[in-house]
Amino acid sequence: MTKITPELLASHGIKADEYKKILEIMGREPNHTELGIFSVMWSEHCSYKSSKKWLKTLPTKAPWVICGPGENAGIIDIGDGQAIVFKMESHNHPSFIEPYQGAATGVGGILRDVFTMGARPIANLNALRFGDPSHPKTRHLVAGVVAGIGGYGNCVGVPTVGGETNFHASYNGNILVNAMTVGLADKDKIFYSAAAGIGNPVVYFGSKTGRDGIHGATMASAEFDEKSDEKRPTVQVGDPFTEKLLIEACLELMATDAIVAIQDMGAAGLTSSSFEMASKGGLGIEMDLDLVPMREEGMTPYEIMLSESQERMLMVLKPGREAQAKAIMDKWELDFAVVGHLTDTGRMVLKRHGAVVADLPIDPLALASPEYDRPWLPPVKPPVIAVEDVKAVCPAEALKTLLACPDLASKRWIYEQYDHMVMGDTVQRPGGDAAVVRIHGTNKAVAITTDVTPRYVLADPYEGGRQAVAEAYRNLSAVGALPMAITDNLNFGNPEKPEIMGQIVESIRGMGQACRELDFPVVSGNVSLYNETQGTAILPTPTVGGVGLLEDVTKSATVAFKEDGSAIVLIGETKGWLGASLYLREICGREEGAPPPVALHRERRAGELVRQLIGDGQVLACHDVSDGGLLVAVAEMAMASNGHMGALLDAPSTLPLHAWCFGEDQGRYVLEVRNDDLASVLEEALEHDTTVRVIGKTGGHVISVGGRAVRVDELVEANEGWLPGFMGDEIAQH
Amino acid sequence: MKAAVIVFPGSNCDRDVAVALEASMGAKPLMVWHRDTQLPDLDLIVVPGGFSYGDYLRCGAMAAHSPIMREVKAKADKGARVLGICNGFQILTETGLLPGVLMRNKNLKFICRDVHLRVERNTSDFCRGYAAGAVVRFPIAHAEGNYFADAETFKALEGNGQVAFRYCTKQGEVVEAANPNGSLANVAGITNAKHNVLGLMPHPERLAEDLLGGSDGKAMFDSLVEALR
Repeated sequence: MTKITPELLASHGIKADEYKKILEIMGREPNHTELGIFSVMWSEHCSYKSSKKWLKTLPTKAPWVICGPGENAGIIDIGDGQAIVFKMESHNHPSFIEPYQGAATGVGGILRDVFTMGARPIANLNALRFGDPSHPKTRHLVAGVVAGIGGYGNCVGVPTVGGETNFHASYNGNILVNAMTVGLADKDKIFYSAAAGIGNPVVYFGSKTGRDGIHGATMASAEFDEKSDEKRPTVQVGDPFTEKLLIEACLELMATDAIVAIQDMGAAGLTSSSFEMASKGGLGIEMDLDLVPMREEGMTPYEIMLSESQERMLMVLKPGREAQAKAIMDKWELDFAVVGHLTDTGRMVLKRHGAVVADLPIDPLALASPEYDRPWLPPVKPPVIAVEDVKAVCPAEALKTLLACPDLASKRWIYEQYDHMVMGDTVQRPGGDAAVVRIHGTNKAVAITTDVTPRYVLADPYEGGRQAVAEAYRNLSAVGALPMAITDNLNFGNPEKPEIMGQIVESIRGMGQACRELDFPVVSGNVSLYNETQGTAILPTPTVGGVGLLEDVTKSATVAFKEDGSAIVLIGETKGWLGASLYLREICGREEGAPPPVALHRERRAGELVRQLIGDGQVLACHDVSDGGLLVAVAEMAMASNGHMGALLDAPSTLPLHAWCFGEDQGRYVLEVRNDDLASVLEEALEHDTTVRVIGKTGGHVISVGGRAVRVDELVEANEGWLPGFMGDEIAQH
Repeated sequence: MKAAVIVFPGSNCDRDVAVALEASMGAKPLMVWHRDTQLPDLDLIVVPGGFSYGDYLRCGAMAAHSPIMREVKAKADKGARVLGICNGFQILTETGLLPGVLMRNKNLKFICRDVHLRVERNTSDFCRGYAAGAVVRFPIAHAEGNYFADAETFKALEGNGQVAFRYCTKQGEVVEAANPNGSLANVAGITNAKHNVLGLMPHPERLAEDLLGGSDGKAMFDSLVEALR
């Protein structure tokens, strides 16, 4: 028997006080397999031990929420007996070590979380953060991650409809890959993971178990050092073809009534899936590991329990339904094995070669995992930067520079490697404010977006947290969708550092407040901590994945200008906030200042107004104002239009021109409105107590403001050119 | 018209093409599992897009040996119309129903975007709804769409009027800049010598409804319904 030494504990990421607790729970020294099980179950990745206390403060309820956090994914009611199931999850550490497989298996994992609940996946999104473009690894990571996401998502036949991609030096050694899946289910056909029925068979199906990914969850809960490349064997290998079969097989089996409970094997594989099912059902499980389908010979119990081989599922069947389930798995050429049964002992008993190799109490492991109230420091509020302290440059030149900067440059090179049309319901493709995906066979649609502005969160985690939620709300409203709920993916550095913990605490507080004020609850999420390399943390990045509903898919707006000579209307107040703006960073080379504050009551009113105007058919085009400010928003509408239609803009005399053009004041939208509708739009805005202003008109082929002009063609070239140029590719013809 | 869609493990455009067919036919096509060996009396068989067998080994190579493909070949020989889209096209070349091969895209990447196609010949039952020389917009979504055939085969293909679609500019010029994947002579779709089998890389079923951004693809399904009613 392996002796438990301090080195062994350290290699399992178990702290001294945690080991003391293990001894208490076990009443004896654990063996190697049992220690491995504790280690993955209590990893930050699986237990949320540093964030749990704060996550509990997020609002998770609303009349339309069917299932909040705690299950595989969140579920909302979209009416007509249907539900939307969605979640976002990180695969940061594996994607840095092995970008193709890391990103691919990230997509695979989040898909399983959604179809495990009985939903057919209908859309994928990805929020990606890479290091500085000049960093020697960045290009390789972009190429690998994008190919991995495409390689997996394209093959399973789920459209990848949106997301975001940013670059910043803080991600040089620790990229972020946050993958989101949205699925559609019948409300009365939702599957949960709580085991029930003593004696019922516990069934393994999907791919075979191999030695890949052992300790992935523990790796994902540690900082990187110079030896991180040596951790490549802990990255799993994905097989999207098997995943596609698994989706079809699961949905076919779910159409019968054979399943009691079902759970995918994600991080910590067979360990976490079996413990979660048993714990939620208050039962025990006895498993014979000899029966687990294995890819390799001679696997130890430790390896079987900790393997993170992909495309595997665990379920509890009703008694006597094994043959029916097996026939479906045979049709789809998937492995199927009854590996154990439910017991009333509340213990996990594992056998191998006829002997008991592990015997652990379930609840103390699953429920009583450590919870830390880690010390935290309130972040220091940065000073507000006065407009006069920011240099003014020619707005036309600045616009061109901004549109070609890595964060604003077109991401076409990325999304054209993703099949974004398969399933035949993609109404708004990538590149707009939110993707719009029709609910198959109906006239309804969901709008989906991912958002966060990490530089705001760094400057002020509380304001940045509020802004991330507000921007998702705004992007959904901008296509005419009613914002319903969010999933969050909290990416931070090492929580054992009080200043990092301060970022976590404050951004969660900000997000929670925005969610409450906007009736936009959190229904699922994931936390990724220890995103540090050699002691340097990433920008705090609490990614928000928002889902909204369009009752009538034909009443949706897009960003593209439509008609010559129509009015351009700005909703929301402009003070010219340049602190923490892209203008300040890209034009002035300064990353500083307080971020723009979000006024949630105004945000809500502006959103209601915009949705109403779109629903009434009074809006030709709509775009929210975010990174880069007003002029960037208008330019994006022009660049998206047929024939690159321009805009002639007025500038107020009350504000310096650069502040008007590039200030990132929140809660704003640009609308294109027919002159005939203008009076009623302005009236509606006043009724909603919302600041509104006509700022110019469409037409021509230049963007012109304050006597300066730039051709839209030129902007398109700059905007489309950066990423293919960076990746060393020719620019595609369009 | 009676139509069937073949479903392989890994097919993923089977539902999409069934939706487009239903919109034109007014009835659902028969969905046929690849392990079946018999087909009823049919006018049209669709081999849909996707990643049959994960594209492992070589795109379409394993699906070409599925039991149902023997029956598809037999029906094609007897004159049934067979339409292979994307992975379906790859499968049809692997079974020998169509000449040539689809290689990796020139840029080595998966490409998903709308492209323009020139209708080279509108006399087959698939294309009667288009004017000869018309420019249509269909999406592509593939990593292996780079059509190639040896010189002799290709000469025969051209001579027989078997090139159905070529990649072109919006204005209809067949030039290298409009070729997304490196295909020989910008070939996007071909028919067999009898013109009852069509294979093409672009997806007509994906732009067969205005809400999705265009409906140029619809005319193909309407043409078939019209011809085979």
